[in-house]
Amino acid sequence: MPVAVALWGVVALFAAAVLAVTIHRTRLAGPLVYLISLAVCLANMGVAGMQLLHASATAPALHLPVGLPWIGAHFRMDALSAFFLLVTNLGGAGASLFAIGYGAHEKAPGRVLPFYPVFLGAMNLVVLADDAFSFLVAWEFMSLSSWALVMAHHHDPDNRNAAFIYIVMASFGTLTLLLAFGLLAGGAGGYAFADIRSAGQTWPGLVLVLVLIGTGSKAGLVPLHVWLPLAHPAAPSHVSALMSGVMTKVAVYGFVRIVFDLVGQPAWWWSMLVIALAGITCVLGVLSALMQHDLKRLLAYHTVENIGIIFIGLGLALAFSAHGMRAPAALALTAALFHVFNHCIFKSLLFFGAGAVLVATGQRDMEHLGGLIHRMPVTAFAFLTGCIAISALPPLNGFVSEWLTFQAILLSPALPSWGLKIIVPAVGAMLALSAALAAACFVKAFGVTFLGRPRTPVAAHAHEVDRASLAAMLAFAVICLLAGILPGLFIDALAPVTQGLVGAHMPVQAALPWLSIVPIADSRSSYNGLLVLIFIALATLLAVEAIHRFASRAVRRGPAWDCGYPDANPATQYTADSFAQPIRRVFGEVVFKASERVDMPTPGDRRPARLTVILRDLVWEAFYAPISASVTAASERLNRLQFLTIRQYLSLVFAALVTLLLAVSLWP
Amino acid sequence: MALIRDLALQGVQMLLVLALAPLLLGFTRKVKARLLRRRGPPVLQPYRDLLRLIRKEAVIAENASWLFRSGPYLIFAATWVAAALIPTFATGLTFSWAADLIAITALIGSARFFLALVGMDIGTSFGGIGASREMMFASLAEPAMIMIVFTVALVAGSTQLSNIATYMLDYASLRVSLGLALVALIIVAVAENARIPVDNPATHLELTMVHEAMVLEYSGRHLAMIELAAAVKLLLYVSLIACIFFPWGLAAADAGPAALAVGVATYLAKLFAGGFLLVLFETSIAKMRVFRVPDFLGVALMLGLLGTLLLFVSRSF
Repeated sequence: MPVAVALWGVVALFAAAVLAVTIHRTRLAGPLVYLISLAVCLANMGVAGMQLLHASATAPALHLPVGLPWIGAHFRMDALSAFFLLVTNLGGAGASLFAIGYGAHEKAPGRVLPFYPVFLGAMNLVVLADDAFSFLVAWEFMSLSSWALVMAHHHDPDNRNAAFIYIVMASFGTLTLLLAFGLLAGGAGGYAFADIRSAGQTWPGLVLVLVLIGTGSKAGLVPLHVWLPLAHPAAPSHVSALMSGVMTKVAVYGFVRIVFDLVGQPAWWWSMLVIALAGITCVLGVLSALMQHDLKRLLAYHTVENIGIIFIGLGLALAFSAHGMRAPAALALTAALFHVFNHCIFKSLLFFGAGAVLVATGQRDMEHLGGLIHRMPVTAFAFLTGCIAISALPPLNGFVSEWLTFQAILLSPALPSWGLKIIVPAVGAMLALSAALAAACFVKAFGVTFLGRPRTPVAAHAHEVDRASLAAMLAFAVICLLAGILPGLFIDALAPVTQGLVGAHMPVQAALPWLSIVPIADSRSSYNGLLVLIFIALATLLAVEAIHRFASRAVRRGPAWDCGYPDANPATQYTADSFAQPIRRVFGEVVFKASERVDMPTPGDRRPARLTVILRDLVWEAFYAPISASVTAASERLNRLQFLTIRQYLSLVFAALVTLLLAVSLWP
Repeated sequence: MALIRDLALQGVQMLLVLALAPLLLGFTRKVKARLLRRRGPPVLQPYRDLLRLIRKEAVIAENASWLFRSGPYLIFAATWVAAALIPTFATGLTFSWAADLIAITALIGSARFFLALVGMDIGTSFGGIGASREMMFASLAEPAMIMIVFTVALVAGSTQLSNIATYMLDYASLRVSLGLALVALIIVAVAENARIPVDNPATHLELTMVHEAMVLEYSGRHLAMIELAAAVKLLLYVSLIACIFFPWGLAAADAGPAALAVGVATYLAKLFAGGFLLVLFETSIAKMRVFRVPDFLGVALMLGLLGTLLLFVSRSF
């Protein structure tokens, strides 16, 4: 029954897409399509929430006679699917609400409206699918519709380039997933997930590597992340929010579903691979983000970092469950899944904020913004909430999931494997480093965009955005706070998911006094976001009250002091690049081979002095440039085939025929 | 009745850290002046400074936002809460389990986050330089702190400070990893409190200043809150080092008044000893160039990581 409701929702989304194609020229098309999307997302969210909270022993399933004749289409909503369905539709609902206002500024709605509901519907289908065929078809639908959305503003050559790299990476990812499912199904060819589970696997290690490539390339795991910071910002902002906040989570779902559920017992080295890659992803993602001055690209690089955090949790869960430590495995998996939820919320919120800034000023480049807190107070407040949450600062939600991950790391000395004993503390340091760098990055993002003085006239004359956009941002800001102060409720809701995947769940948090949370039952560590919030609120109130009662209340406004030499030119402020310069000096030489070139004119020469910073993308140079170069070289060679004479073509065909016949006849 | 007693103890703890913070600052200034053969300001001078500041009118820049005006209170509140969660004279206080050492570190991070933001609010170059450098230092100091937390937590089996202090009291022994953590924590504490050799709390109008550059635009009651927060932060780090590595004299929460009095007395002694050692270190060293600081903090990070690695290899280190 719940599955049928969710599938009807998907049908409604596809119908909305068809509707959008016919009416996209009218003014009502945008609000109508987004309202339908919002309604469907809310309905599916409700279904998923009910399913998650009242988990029954047998998950509801549905078998439809469509698709490949001997398989049909299987759909099932177990706890894992329900959780990811909830996340998907929560993000989708927020994006749709935001888009009701934001979409009105879209110049070419015909390029966005038809694909948006398809994208949402496809993501719903991926998490519901219960056989390999439906999964892959939905996955490919998701890739192609999001590719079309990235191409929405195709007049910009950067966007076309981003979309090209995206489609290549997406196709490659689907290919590896296809191979992985082929291996999983084995010779018997049972493509339903139930058959895969019951069959013994051939080469599960290879499956893991293939799945890691397939889902990792969609999620943005280093070194498969190169398309992500190009493609996510290129799409319209509400789609960027969906791609960063939700689609990467669907990729995480794919990984969890296959590795934790379909493949049997994990081998010891799997977790090392995952954890090491995840640690590198974290640090590289956040350092790259720090070097950006395009607000949306900065956010996209942060998605890479957060995917790293999620995969650290997943890797730890793999390590623990490979060694039969169930309670720590449940802790690590809960940390990862809770971060999935949290990242969906705050990353969507931040992309909404970036979209609002884009609408208000037409700018994504932070170097042209500044002082927006005066012109857009509500957006600034919501964006600040998102910044605090993503920087893992208490009492908001980002901190809780990182705290859980740290607690899982603290349990890992008990792991017997020596490789893990070395890797896990190093990755713990990387996680801590990336959390601190994320805080620096968001001081930069918020400080340069919203604080200070406006750097351009457009920033000085910005206006607050419409109510629907503000409602979406504020709603997500409230969720950030709620998940931060009442994490126990969210962790308890995840219990059936971890129970199904690693055979254990975290201790029931709601039973603890004062709504604290504890990582494992006999642990002596606890955290209480609610109390921390109350303490901070009380301390603030006390300070304000005491100061205002006993001290001077006089305020005088005057020009800025700035040590006596204020400069009226806003160009003298710190910019995004200058803010990151110290960090670039510390880390840049190793990570980006950063170099600076100073062009200083001689005295008397009137041309301006210039400072050029060169950052190299070592991942691109090491992995992609050689592939790209060899593909180009090969196609240059093959290009000659285009200019042969008819005789040469005929002889080629003949030779091919003879070769094939020979091969067939000689085949044993 | 027990609940009221617990809450009262918690309240005493909160007031104690608040009341002692300016005293510790005044003490360090006095000792520093004496070591430099100056007479120095009276020990109670920070209290007078704060009183004078809050009586004055606040002059704020024309383009200051609401964040600039509310920031000092948030910074103060986050620092105060973090300091109040550290066992000073007694362990096991009612709310000590509300936040563990990781959360305390993150609370200090929250205070720093807002401090860097308000530094950028007016849009002056000094505010920007301060915020930028503060976040650069923090990007190394915070992971170093987390690695120290890991080391200590792996030894004590908990990230909760009360449990750590109790463990150290009961099973204290000399361990390599704890030694590494102590050195690293001292480095972090020096950097976090903007002391020499990282930053100079007494300087103005120098391109090397970090903390003072961020708060340059503040005056009156706002400046008072920020100064008080800085004082509380100094007290916090001294208390933290005392609580983890020198927990002697700490009373249990349910102990009698005599034990509590001993706890307070030893805490005072530890504070003054810590302040004295800090100043002794400061006067014997020169300030670093700003880009030497990452090396200095990198040492702390490596020591913390080494401590954690040793404990991952064997619990007996």
